[in-house]
Amino acid sequence: MKTRETKSGARVAVTAPSAPFAGQDPAALRRLLRDMLLIRRFEERAGEQYALGKIGGFCHLYIGQEAVAVGTMAALRPDDYVMCSYREHGQALARGISSRAVMAELFGKATGCSGGKGGSMHLFDAEKRFLGGHAIVGGHIPLVTGAAFAIKYREGDQVAVCFFGEAAVNNGAFHEALNMAALWKLPAIYLCENNRYGMGTALERASAIYDIAARACSYDMPAETVDGMDVIAVRDAVARAAQRGRERQMPTLLEVRTYRFMGHSMADPIHGHYRTKEEVEQQKARDPIVTFHQRLVDAGLLDDVTWESMQAEVEADVEDAVRFADESPDPEPAELYTHVHQSK
Amino acid sequence: MATLTYRDALNQALREEMRRDPRVFLMGEEVGVYQGAYKVSRGLLEEFGPMRVVDTPITELGFAGVGVGAAMAGLVPVVEFMTFNFALLALDQVVNSAAKMYYMSAGQVPIPIVFRGPGGAALQLGAQHSQSFESWCANVPGLKVVAPATPADAKGLLKSAIRDGNPVVFFEGEMLYNTKGEVPEGEHLVPIGQADVKREGKDVTLVAHSKMVAVALKAADELAKEGIGAEVVDPRTIRPLDIATITASVRKTNRCVVVEEGWPQYGVGAQIVDDVQREAFDDLDAPVLRVTGADVPMPYNKQLERLAKPDAAKVVAAVKRVLYLS
Repeated sequence: MKTRETKSGARVAVTAPSAPFAGQDPAALRRLLRDMLLIRRFEERAGEQYALGKIGGFCHLYIGQEAVAVGTMAALRPDDYVMCSYREHGQALARGISSRAVMAELFGKATGCSGGKGGSMHLFDAEKRFLGGHAIVGGHIPLVTGAAFAIKYREGDQVAVCFFGEAAVNNGAFHEALNMAALWKLPAIYLCENNRYGMGTALERASAIYDIAARACSYDMPAETVDGMDVIAVRDAVARAAQRGRERQMPTLLEVRTYRFMGHSMADPIHGHYRTKEEVEQQKARDPIVTFHQRLVDAGLLDDVTWESMQAEVEADVEDAVRFADESPDPEPAELYTHVHQSK
Repeated sequence: MATLTYRDALNQALREEMRRDPRVFLMGEEVGVYQGAYKVSRGLLEEFGPMRVVDTPITELGFAGVGVGAAMAGLVPVVEFMTFNFALLALDQVVNSAAKMYYMSAGQVPIPIVFRGPGGAALQLGAQHSQSFESWCANVPGLKVVAPATPADAKGLLKSAIRDGNPVVFFEGEMLYNTKGEVPEGEHLVPIGQADVKREGKDVTLVAHSKMVAVALKAADELAKEGIGAEVVDPRTIRPLDIATITASVRKTNRCVVVEEGWPQYGVGAQIVDDVQREAFDDLDAPVLRVTGADVPMPYNKQLERLAKPDAAKVVAAVKRVLYLS
């Protein structure tokens, strides 16, 4: 693998553009496209339902970043652990939580994946080892180190994956968590979704170094910079990191460069004071779904009929999820006081 | 029954629970090779090895989070803070992660974890090392808060805390580690949420926890010389609070003084007074008074520090006021 030298003199692996599809299962490739499309359509409907007042609070959409969640989940096993920040609808769907359960949670309904008690920022499915959306920037990074510690404690071969944004790397929790993971050789994957902005603050206005992968040098930790608009590049980089975790109990820092096409949350306009309309339009040329669709078509792995039916299937799924969420009951008032403590 | 120090009673609880349940492990600063800053973990590294007695860097936020994450993945961590003063750095993990996970996940992700270490003032350690945070933690739904006063309670409550299945914040008394008492051997469990009457009396109820139990008992001794019978009730658990035992005592004595080492405003005693006035209003013959630490950062100077802490004389004075003897 190629490496490059950073401003600080550290050497960081650079992931090559993903290879042609030779030897890969066409159905699995189409599945990646389908999973990304599901997130896109789901998030569009979530935005719409937010505007209608069906979804409350904060709602952070994942549009533009779909390749990161889908590529990652494709490289994981069902018994691996996944934790996310508060922009996690996409990861939840890619992990296999149903559109119904996620949409119902956004609606705050009893049928939601967190019983209506978590909301958009706190999606959980313990059976799928999807252990949350967490809404304190950086706060969940040590939790993933802890899950990786538990894996090593039990001598397992799972990995624990942490999704966080690039703004979290300036947080003390990031440093503390990565230091311990490297010190103790834990099978963790720290996946930084660098979408360029922490709310309205550009990376360059918040971080003394712009090369997030280079921070791994502080912990003597393997790292890669990955094109987050390329689902295959993400999948393969996560697969390498997972192998490193499973076989050698080594943590990895992945800087996955992506971009959000929407505002920080539904309360934030798409561009605004901190980025230009032109910049957003320019980034949309890298749309992970459009580009991957084109690659599949060019490789002769996707025809119009399949594409049409894929779109119809995804739209029906999301439509069903919205209806399900809308028709589902609110939690019973008695639920207010349940789940404060576990009773034996 | 063996006589043990508070320190060794805690050590025994840890050892027994780690032998009983392979998911239980201890982590924190200096818990292993150094044998514990206060020697609570003496000998545990030798018996259980470095995977179960984990020395951490000085990163309270980080290792508290590691503990919570390990609990999410099915282990039962005991996270030691060298003192609770340092735990403020970890409060995000205690409050935002540990206390809320079970609720936010609608019961899918329990957090069986104990955060333990010494709290309260010692001697001349200055403002940053002399403070009581029971009320901070007890304010948070999802946490249980325990503060034992005796070696027997320390052992029995730590064992219960480890088995509780929920986040428990366990305050030890820095000045109690060398105190001695009889401790039942083996399976000695003190239920969380159960107060204990440490001394019976008919004239006034003194409510005190942790190190303040000894202060209340000393005051009771002095009051006895004047023919005043003080009943000392130790809640042992700050949250959930056994208000029934406290009010039962107040119904008998009709007067109450609450003693705590922490600051007065919004303190543990404020909650107890609120409960007592509501539950035992008609039984009270005087307003409930509180004896607390002074409402200042702890000074270093020995004389000033003495003035800042509750002591038996202050408790005696408060009792005389509720008895209208002064």
